[in-house]
Order: sequence, then C-alpha cells, then structure tokens
Amino acid sequence: MTKISDYTNKSAQENVENALKAAREIDGLHALLSLTEDRARERAAKVDAGEITGRLAGVPFIVKDNFLAFGAPTTAASHMLKDFQSPLQATAIEKLEAEGAICIGKANLDAFAHGGSTENSAFGPTKNAFDPTRVAGGSSGGSAVVVAKGVVPFALGSDTGGSIRQPASFNGVVGVKPTYGTVSRYGVVAMASSTDVIGVFASDASDAELVLSIMSGKDDKDMTTLADFFEPAASSERKKVGVIKEFMTDDVDAEVRTSVEKYIEKLRAAGHEIVEVSLPIVRYTLAMYYIIVPAEISSNLARYDGVRYGHQSDTASSLAQLYGLSRDEGFEPENKRRIMIGSFVLSSGYFDAYYLQAQKARTLLIREFDSLFKQVDLLVGPVSPTPAFLLGENTSDPVKMYLADVMTVPASLAGLPAISAPAGSTKAGLPVGIQLMGPRRSDALLLSIVAEMENA
Amino acid sequence: MTQISLDDVRYLAALSSLQLADEEAENLQKDIVGIIGYIEQLSELDTSGVEPTYQVTDLENVWRSDEVAASTIPSEILVSLAPSHKDNQIKVPKVL
Repeated sequence: MTKISDYTNKSAQENVENALKAAREIDGLHALLSLTEDRARERAAKVDAGEITGRLAGVPFIVKDNFLAFGAPTTAASHMLKDFQSPLQATAIEKLEAEGAICIGKANLDAFAHGGSTENSAFGPTKNAFDPTRVAGGSSGGSAVVVAKGVVPFALGSDTGGSIRQPASFNGVVGVKPTYGTVSRYGVVAMASSTDVIGVFASDASDAELVLSIMSGKDDKDMTTLADFFEPAASSERKKVGVIKEFMTDDVDAEVRTSVEKYIEKLRAAGHEIVEVSLPIVRYTLAMYYIIVPAEISSNLARYDGVRYGHQSDTASSLAQLYGLSRDEGFEPENKRRIMIGSFVLSSGYFDAYYLQAQKARTLLIREFDSLFKQVDLLVGPVSPTPAFLLGENTSDPVKMYLADVMTVPASLAGLPAISAPAGSTKAGLPVGIQLMGPRRSDALLLSIVAEMENA
Repeated sequence: MTQISLDDVRYLAALSSLQLADEEAENLQKDIVGIIGYIEQLSELDTSGVEPTYQVTDLENVWRSDEVAASTIPSEILVSLAPSHKDNQIKVPKVL
C-alpha cells in the first residue's frame, strides 16, 4: 500500500504514469472499469506547471464508478448506464481536484451499488486482493482492491449499508463511512437517500482523515449536508469502549472473533476501558434495512426510464413498453429484486405492516444506540461475520448474501460514523477488519483511536 | 406467512415498470418469497406508540431562496444524453 505523502512534492506526471502502470498490472482482478488517462495526464501537466496547487497536488486517486466524473463513462456497473458520459462531476471529486488530486480511473462495484460482493456488476466481479478465488466484498469492491494493491493511496466509495466497511475489511485497508450528511452526494448515483454516504478507503487513518476533511461540508446541491462538520480531534484522554456482545456470538467465524479480540486487547493495553454492552434490537436491523432501503431504491431508480438518458430498448412500440423493456434490459437481477421488494413494502395494504413498521423500528434502534452512548464513547465489533467468501458461494440465495451485511447496517440506519480498520488476518492469510462506531459527528474521535492503534 | 403468487409478481413488476420475461418472473417469485419470508419477522417487534424516523440528523425543511439561476449545463448537452433525440427535442414512441 502507499501513502499520500509518497506522492506529494513529486512529479505529478510520474505519479500518474506509475499509477496507470500499477492499475494495468492488476488487470486480472478486474478492480477497474475504466481509466481516465487523457484527462489525468492533462491535469498532471498543469500541476507540474504550477497551475494547480493544494494539499493533494499531484496525488492520484480512483473513484467508484457510481461517481459522475469527467474522462470516462459513469456506468454504475450497469448496462443501463453503460455509455453514460456525465456532463458534470460529483462535488466530492470537484473538492479533491481543487486541492490538486488527480482521478485516474473508475472502480468496479455491484450494479447501482446493490450487493455485498461486487458479483452483481454487469461487467463481471472484482477479485479479492489477497485471494483471487474470493470476492472483493462490496459494493465498493474495486475501490478497496486498488488501495490494497497500492495502485493509488486513496479511493472513494459509497456506503449505504456497509459498502465501504465490508470490502475494506475483506482487503485489509481502512474504510470510513462518515456520519450521515458529512460529504455531499451531489453527482453520485442515488441508492437509498436516507442512508447513502460518501466515504474513503486509505492505507491509514491520517490519510483517510485528510481526504474526508477536504470532501466534507455543506453543499447547497445536497440539502442533507452538515455544516462545520469536523469537531476538534479527540484529546489523549482514555476512552470507554463497548464491545457489542450480539456481534461476538458463535454465529461469527472464530478467526474473525480472535482478530477482533486481539485488537480489543490492544485498546485495553493502551489504557482504554473495555466493557461488554448489549444491543438487543440488532437481530431485527437486517429486516429493517431490507425494507427501508428497497423502498428508497424503488423510488430513486424510477428515474431510469429509457427516455432521458441511459439504455433504451429498440423493440418497444409504445411508451409503456419503452419504459418496461428499457428497465428490464438495463437492470441486473438484484436491481429488479430490490425495486420490486420496494414496490411491495410501499404498496397499498402492506405499507403499514412493512415500511411504517420498519421506520418505527428504526426509532427503537436509534434509542438503543443513544442509550449506549450515554455509557460508552464508542462501540466495537466485527465488520462482517466471515472473512472474504468464495466467488459464487452466496450468489444463488439473495437472503444468504444479505446476511453478510448484518453488522454494518445498524450504523447506516442510525446515521452513525463507522470505520473498518485492519485487525489482522486468518491462518489462510485473509484480512479481518474491526468496526468502530460512535455517536453522530464523532468521526474524528474514531479516526484518532484507529491512528493510535496503528502506532501501538 | 405472506403468499406471493406469480400474478402478484407480475403486479409488482407493473408497479415497478419492469416488463419481465416469463422465466424471469418465475425466478423472481422464488427470490421475493424468500426475501419477504425474511423481512416479515419484523412484525414480532412491538412498536406501539413509537414514532417513525425518516431522517436521522434531525433536519427539517432546509430552505433556500427561490432565485432563478442560469444552468451550468447547456440544454443541448442534456438533450444529447437522450438515446433518441432530434432538433434539440427528446423522441419517444407515439403516446396518443
């Protein structure tokens, strides 16, 4: 892996050429869907000429291909947007570019970010950085792999229910899902607007913090963004850490638990107080998530009509057929499942029993988190119940695939910041991540703890 | 347990503007039955008297002044994104 400081004060053109070369060398992992070569070279020349300066001058990075960016199509890994050339760029990219960073390519994902393995990409799966027979995780699998392989020092992803944290865990990198509202989603393909956040993959906490501090802040184009986001970094005061007992049961892989326990021992050795806490409602959070999120997906994906942009069927003879066939041809099976489940939970006769019930249950989840944060400063547990699973292992049963999200969706539903930090690996050499969660706006505290443990 | 027939699947597909092939509808029926079978466990949870949460950072009505601003993207470029367009207009099959 590489650090941002490996690229600053160097020739931007050399940085870009080296990153493009490294990207080609990992072609077999299918982490990237496109390279933004020409534009990257143009920008690098400008940085070297002193026309663009900033804290990330000449630093190459990669974005998940659901970020609208210049220089390559924005496909969301779907046939629907296969050739979509965006006329604008995401706010997050604009802010990084204003500091001199250079986007060199676009990373693979599950189509429309629906999935937890990158196997739902319309263009084929991304393979794990540590074992090519295993999944990269998802949905931001490609972004995690390019950082793990040192192609770039950081990459952007989106996290709706674990899509940054789980692939970070599977590939041994730091993955940050900030507090809901930290970074503008303007110019990022919408999935579930009440939990979608933009975040970052990096090799360590300090790089992640730098990138987040640049991307965060109020944006009039995303009304949910929070102003004055980053609160002062935590003091050196020792913290009280709650270990969620429901996340450490026998249902969780023994090697995952061992890695997490070792990290907890490191926290204890550094003087932090460790207590066991309970989040009993957690057994219902996956059901809440797979009601609320499909409902929002069915609404957000209604815009793909085959008329204004995206795939258009060439066999339709009426407008209704044009919509129906363009959507049927343009979406992947998992997109259709989620849209239809969303239509079901929002439909007359089922709305109260499913959608409204889930939003009420979400209130109970938030109350449980709030009461835990009166007792402890942060919570820890695994990111995922298993290390990276085999390609094809979970594809035949959607519910089995959803179960991989069981530990990441609670923070999403409550809008909490959550980080996946490397916590060791299994005997077979697969990385394992630990998840740190805190109250809303405690991102800087969580990052400071991860940084402290990196040096412990 | 909620029953989902093939007709229900076709109804959901119609609500979703998805024109499914027959075989696809059958596969989706199996998946949807499985997913609904999982999510319906939420009915066990007692939520009486609990208000729903739709927004997690306590934001309400974020206002902005209603001022006309020039688009940063010319309409020709936006129209050119449409798969079928002619004379700066988007083409669709005949409606009436």
